[in-house]
Formats: sequence, C-alpha cells, structure tokens
Amino acid sequence: MRDAVVCRCEDLTEEDVVRAIREYGLRSLGELKKVLRLGMGPCQGRTCLRLAARILARETGRPVSEIMREVSVRPPTVPMPVAHAAALAEVVDGGEG
Amino acid sequence: MVERADVVVVGAGIIGCATSYYLAQRGLDVVVVEREHVAAGSTGRCPGGIRMQWSTEEHIRLAMKSVEIFEGLSEELGVDTEYRQGGYLIIAKTEEEVRAFEENMRLQRSLGVPVRWLEPSEIREMVPQLDVEGIGALGAAWNPRDGYANPFKVAYGYARAARRMGVRFLLGTEVRRVLVEEGQVRGVETDRGRIRAEYVVNAAGAWSREVAETAGVRLPNRPFRHEILVTEPIERFLEPMVICFHDNVYFRQSEEGTILGGWGDPGERPGYNFRSSLRFLTTFSRLLKRYVPALGHLRVVRQWAGLYDVTPDAKQITGPVEGVDGFIQANGFSGHGFMMGPATSLLVAQLIAGEPLDLPIEPFLLSRFERGEVVGEASVVG
Repeated sequence: MRDAVVCRCEDLTEEDVVRAIREYGLRSLGELKKVLRLGMGPCQGRTCLRLAARILARETGRPVSEIMREVSVRPPTVPMPVAHAAALAEVVDGGEG
Repeated sequence: MVERADVVVVGAGIIGCATSYYLAQRGLDVVVVEREHVAAGSTGRCPGGIRMQWSTEEHIRLAMKSVEIFEGLSEELGVDTEYRQGGYLIIAKTEEEVRAFEENMRLQRSLGVPVRWLEPSEIREMVPQLDVEGIGALGAAWNPRDGYANPFKVAYGYARAARRMGVRFLLGTEVRRVLVEEGQVRGVETDRGRIRAEYVVNAAGAWSREVAETAGVRLPNRPFRHEILVTEPIERFLEPMVICFHDNVYFRQSEEGTILGGWGDPGERPGYNFRSSLRFLTTFSRLLKRYVPALGHLRVVRQWAGLYDVTPDAKQITGPVEGVDGFIQANGFSGHGFMMGPATSLLVAQLIAGEPLDLPIEPFLLSRFERGEVVGEASVVG
C-alpha cells in the first residue's frame, strides 16, 4: 500500500520512505530522519517511527528490535512552552546559567 | 570489502562528504569510512549557520569562499540545500563590544564584506518582534550576505553527488588505526579490514584527536558539549540569524517555521557528553523569551546535544603535519565546521590533487602551535 501515510507530521508515504531507502542506501531511522525529516514533527516520531522501522526491516533485513534500539529519546517528554521552561529557571536548582 | 584507494577520508560529516566530492571531481579514487552514518556527528546536530562576520582575516576569507560555494550549491548538487541569505544580526550589549565590533567591521569591510552597524531603532525596524530595550542592545553588526542552510540536505547532497562519481562510502565501519611506515601514510586499519592508500584525511570531527594519535600525531583538540533545541513551527517572521556573544546565545527560524537555537554554558567541561540538561532548557528559554517576548507560548519540542571540536585558538587544523606524509588534517573547527566546510574541503582536495590552492592554508597548519604563531578567533558563540 505504497501511498499509505507513514509520517503524518511531515506528510510522508510508504513510497517516499522506500524511495529514500533505496536511493541513499539507508539502513537506520537516524538516516531516514535526516533525509526525510521523518519523526521531526510535533509528534517526535510517536506515530511513525515503528512503521518506518518495519519498512526498513523489510528493505534491509535488519531486525525491527535492533532498528528501534537506535532511537534516541530526548526531552522534553511533552512539548513545553518557552515561558514555562523560562519560569523554571527561577525555581530549579542549577536552573539558570 | 574495499582494499585500496588513492585517498581514505575518515568521517562522513560535512568535511568528509564535501572533501570526497571535490577529490572525485579531480579524478581521485576515494573511500570514506564512517563509524555511524552520514552526518551522525556534529554536522547533523548543528543549526546550519553561515557567516562571514569573523575577527580574523583568514576566517573572513575562508567564510567568503564558502558563501560563494553555497550560493551555487543547490544547482551544483541537484538538491535544495535550503540556503538562504537571511543575514546575521550580531547584537552588541556593552561598550567594549561596540568598540570590538567597530574594529571587526573595518577589517571585514576591507575584505569586501557588506557589513554595517545598526542602531537600536534600525534593529527594531528590521525585526519588530525583537525586544531591543529589554535585551539592552546598544546596536548590532548586520551582514545581509550571511545566512544558513540545512545541514542534512548539504551533507547528504554532497555524499550522493560523490557516490555518483564513484566515491565509496563504508558506513558503520570504524577506523581503528592510521597505518604509517617510515614517515609515510600507508592506509587505515578498520574493523572490517585494511585499506591501502597514500593519503588519509582526518575529518573525524570530535574524534579527530584519537584518530591522529594512532598515527603518532598529537592534536590539541578537545570536545565540548553544546546543546540546542527546536520549537514547534510558527508563521515565518524572522529572516536573520540573531546572535549575541555577550549572552552566548543564538537562534534562527527554520524553513519549516520552527525556532532553532542554542546557548553556550561557560561552565561546560571537555568531554563526550550528549546528554540534555535542564539548565540548558531553562536558561535558553529565558533568553529566548527576553529576546522575543511574543514566543512565550511557543512550545519546545526537542532538545539535543552535539560537540564542538575545539582548538586553543578556535581555528581549524587543516593541511599536512610534520613527520607523517600524506596524513592531512581537516578538523578542529570549534563550532564553525559547517560554514567553513565547503571552502576547506575544496582546499584539501586541491592540495591532494597537487593544484594551486584558492586560499592559503598556512594560518591553519598544526605547526602554528609549535611556532607560537597563534592569534585567537574571538567571535565564537553558542
């Protein structure tokens, strides 16, 4: 189902992902991210990374678990308004530089 | 497994990718060996800024050459690099900075940089959302030919073009040792076998020092963590990259409308630290809100970290080293590798191909530290 949407934030279909994997010889989610912005939208990969990992597994023969282990989790865990983060500078130990 | 090449390039960041491209253009057989993947290191973590506003002649000239390359790069590589000359607004906050900027601008203008001084009222006109009073800006140095690009597009673009000319990229492969015999490079030993070559280019970024050590060469580079964050997108309102040396902060708006920015922690110690800190998140957010109060509601989506490969004078190490022929350095960019990358890579390729160099690399040779010819670059941020 090549026109199935894989990454809603960046509007990427399975076709886009497969094409990038083949054109650039990609083997990891990190590379897909850099080449297609997959996982860089507001959802930060929550919806798309696993789907993309399965496509990668199919194309490269790498196990999904190995591909997913390479994903780096970064803060904030939920998007945080600049003003909230700024306010924390007052009350968090070592918060302000 | 590749066994032989004219040149082995260690690292597939901006330097490795661009150098391999320029070498292949000159008919050389190149292998790039990269431990992770293209742009996995500092290139893939940087905000993509490109400026000519430096305090030393060699940096200004090199940056101008890079800008010249960036201007035609999308067409040359057949990829949209998202290069934009949105300009750089460098905010001055102290009288000392104002005087230093005056001197810098005089030097820059003498070399052809169209930089000029902006009064606070002019800054406000250019970017009305900037709280000029709140920041305490005394003015700004403004160069409309400075700008930024997308580091992923640029690195992957160079890599793809290089591949098309026959460059082989060995990804997920680590260089264990540079092989040296009787003062001459013989190739490299990787975790997948040996590659024989007459030239090895050390473009390993923050790991360059380790690579050089295997060849018996001592580099003074040290890695420092620098953090950066990105927000959700907002309607495009900011053309220039805004930076301030005094506050050690920078930010710009990306093609997607997100705000990308960083703050350099003066207390950071050298090391390979990729963790994200709360201190950075709160401090940078506080600064961003002070600079552009209207962004208070904008949500931070992700923060990450990358390394600056720092030398004692914040200038790159480029060119040959004494005692090991064929071992060419292209590292130590101290936070400006992406912008100096294209020009430096071209010079390295010209050097190896035996062509006259477009610019002298004497100021960047490793031997400058021994000769005591060190004039530091002052205009470093982030």
